[in-house]
Amino acid sequence: MKSLEELAAIRNKMKDKVALREKEGDIRIVVGMATCGIAAGARPVLNAFVEEVSKQHADNATVTQTGCIGMCRLEPIVEVFEGGKERVTYVKVKPAMVPRIVKEHILGGRPITEYTIGAAE
Amino acid sequence: MIRTHVMICGGTGCTSSDSPKIAEAMEQEIVKLGLQDEVKVVRTGCFGLCAMGPVMIVYPDGTFYSRVKVSDVPEIASEHLLKGRIVERLVHRDDEAGEKVEVPTLKDIEFYKPQLRVALRNCGVINPENIEEYIAMDGYSALGKVLTEMKPEEVIDLVTKSGLRGRGGAGFPTGKKWLFASFNKTPHKYVVCNADEGDPGAFMDRSVLEGDPHAILEAMCIAGYAIDAHQGYIYVRAEYPIAVHRLQIAIKQAREYGLLGKDIFGTGFDFDIDVRLGAGAFVCGEETALLTSIEGNRGEPKTKPPFPANKGLFGQPTIINNVETLANIPQIILKGAEWFASMGTEGSKGTKVFALGGKINNTGLVEVPLGTTLRQIIYDIGGGIPDGKAFKAVQTGGPSGGCIPAKFLDLPIDYENLKSIGAMMGSGGMIVMDETTCMVDVARFYLDFTVDESCGKCVPCRIGTRRLLEMLDKITSGNGTLEDLDKMEELCHYIQANALCALGQTAPNPVLSTLKFFRDEYEAHVVEKRCPAGVCKKLLHYEIDPDKCRGCTACARKCPVNAINGVVKQPHVIDQAKCIKCGTCMDTCRFGAISKK
Ligand SMILES: Cc1cc2nc3c(=O)[nH]c(=O)nc-3n(C[C@H](O)[C@H](O)[C@H](O)COP(=O)(O)O)c2cc1C
Ligand code: SF4
Ligand code: SF4
Ligand code: FES
Ligand code: FES
Repeated sequence: MKSLEELAAIRNKMKDKVALREKEGDIRIVVGMATCGIAAGARPVLNAFVEEVSKQHADNATVTQTGCIGMCRLEPIVEVFEGGKERVTYVKVKPAMVPRIVKEHILGGRPITEYTIGAAE
Repeated sequence: MIRTHVMICGGTGCTSSDSPKIAEAMEQEIVKLGLQDEVKVVRTGCFGLCAMGPVMIVYPDGTFYSRVKVSDVPEIASEHLLKGRIVERLVHRDDEAGEKVEVPTLKDIEFYKPQLRVALRNCGVINPENIEEYIAMDGYSALGKVLTEMKPEEVIDLVTKSGLRGRGGAGFPTGKKWLFASFNKTPHKYVVCNADEGDPGAFMDRSVLEGDPHAILEAMCIAGYAIDAHQGYIYVRAEYPIAVHRLQIAIKQAREYGLLGKDIFGTGFDFDIDVRLGAGAFVCGEETALLTSIEGNRGEPKTKPPFPANKGLFGQPTIINNVETLANIPQIILKGAEWFASMGTEGSKGTKVFALGGKINNTGLVEVPLGTTLRQIIYDIGGGIPDGKAFKAVQTGGPSGGCIPAKFLDLPIDYENLKSIGAMMGSGGMIVMDETTCMVDVARFYLDFTVDESCGKCVPCRIGTRRLLEMLDKITSGNGTLEDLDKMEELCHYIQANALCALGQTAPNPVLSTLKFFRDEYEAHVVEKRCPAGVCKKLLHYEIDPDKCRGCTACARKCPVNAINGVVKQPHVIDQAKCIKCGTCMDTCRFGAISKK
């Protein structure tokens, strides 16, 4: 190690990788991953969220999975929980929609209504 | 990209209950499910919950699984990792008023909530075999800061201001120790880490070494810079193979990254560390004996002064610090002296790790701010005494410490308070005793240990402790007199005053503290020839109540020495001359006819 910059570079590179153990995220992004969700393509969606949250440095958000949410025909379903706010439920989520959700909703605080369950019903 | 980390404990406790196999099985399952790019298995150090091991924690949700078996792995993988459904059956449960309450995440369990982790902060959180994970937790930034921004005397000043005191037993102010060593201007000085941990029942230093070895390396480098030393040694007992292995890996990685060796951070500062293995003699934890042992001689203490800070390893100025003491250093550098001094009591700052064991529901490692009361540790964290038994005493400080009775449960724990009641902080062993423990027998147990471990160099310890043990034996076998109690006390004071090293000087503590707080138990043994707790075999006998005995013969058939006589359907009798007091008959009788008197 020849300089503090080198140390900082390793720290920054690794920080994201261990962050998931420490995060006390105020925002929880929960992806429905029961059989129907997986069949409908929830895995790529889950992975897209993990990637985008890290890429866009949405440090206050954690990404987890859950079992069947009970609306199989609308899978993949993603729910966003935020302290003190109403839960937002996105349905028929595709990986391509994820960067925008992270940018506008998770970071920007504006849920994207056209992706939500209200719009689909 | 990795979305889930499965942390599996690789500490000594969980390793002995098969955690390496669980980790392997988990890795295989993950590949089978095609999750290898999304889920990673991380082998950590001890979580401090060894009694609930093998322990597994799944992040980001923090789900805490205890007592996991290899056969549970496929279910956890397919349910939790793939489908996101927590396996309720395996989730840890707290015992609340007899009811098992599910506690899904680690930070919510009763055992963890009141704890404050400074020395143990990375244990169970990082992979100790990966230096980059340590760096991610701000590892080596304290060293970077010290080398590039601080003068050696500023480092010492900061440590002094923090109020940190040695965690190895004596509680000597760490900054002062460093200051003394810094005064000596010689080309060769040394930094030694005492990882001998000889107290029976103690394992906090082992857990730090296993869970966060780089913290010790970083702290030793910082100490080296502060006193102008360039070589460090870690003296660790060979019975800690996992700790030794992780230390060796850590040293190798630190050298590869240029964090040990020449010209660290391009500042021209050189420092390197080697490991020295000890054979596990208790006396080798004493600093002068330890240094002699590193030099390749028989581990016997020397008289002090000269203190190691003036004349230590190879006759050169040396600072010797305990593992836990060092584990606090990088945090103090990064967060400041005020932060550290904000925890604890007037004279004892920071936190202390205790190894909680004995008659207590939650055994394990506990780190709390100094000044926490015994009651909080034993009842809030430790979950109280099992089987509804009553608390009798808690032993702190191991063979050098004392037994603390119930009346001091609300005493804030710090160095001075413990000393004032004849106990000692020691390295942090804390053994809880309930009503079924005989305090005379406890004193005997510790004396037995010190008699074995005395190095024999000085007479008060070598012969004095043996005489003490003989007197205790006399009392527990019912042959003691009241006069013996006084003689014993006198001998204790004599040993305290005349032994060469602290092993001998503190050896009488278990006897003195029990004599002081549990004199009635001694008197029962001596005067009434009775052991109130029913432990001392020579003072108790088993009896069959003829009114309750149905003559079923069950006890007679089980007795290993055929001490029970009687005809079928007639009351049986125990032949006291033959009975070896094994207690089997009492456990066997279905009619509660046999009792211990
Ligand atoms: C018999 C005996 C055993 C000791 N064992 C240990 C030990 O296992 N670990 C330890 O750190 N200190 C032990 N000590 C205390 C050391 O002598 C020394 O005080 C300590 O390592 C200094 O470090 P500290 O100031 O960081 O506590 C022992 C002392 C005695 C008398
Ligand atoms: S007090 Fe005991 S251990 Fe210490 S030097 Fe004397 S004989 Fe050895
Ligand atoms: S205590 Fe043991 S030895 Fe004595 S009578 Fe009972 S079974 Fe036999
Ligand atoms: S060894 Fe696993 S929790 Fe202590
Ligand atoms: S034989 Fe005496 S109680 Fe069973």
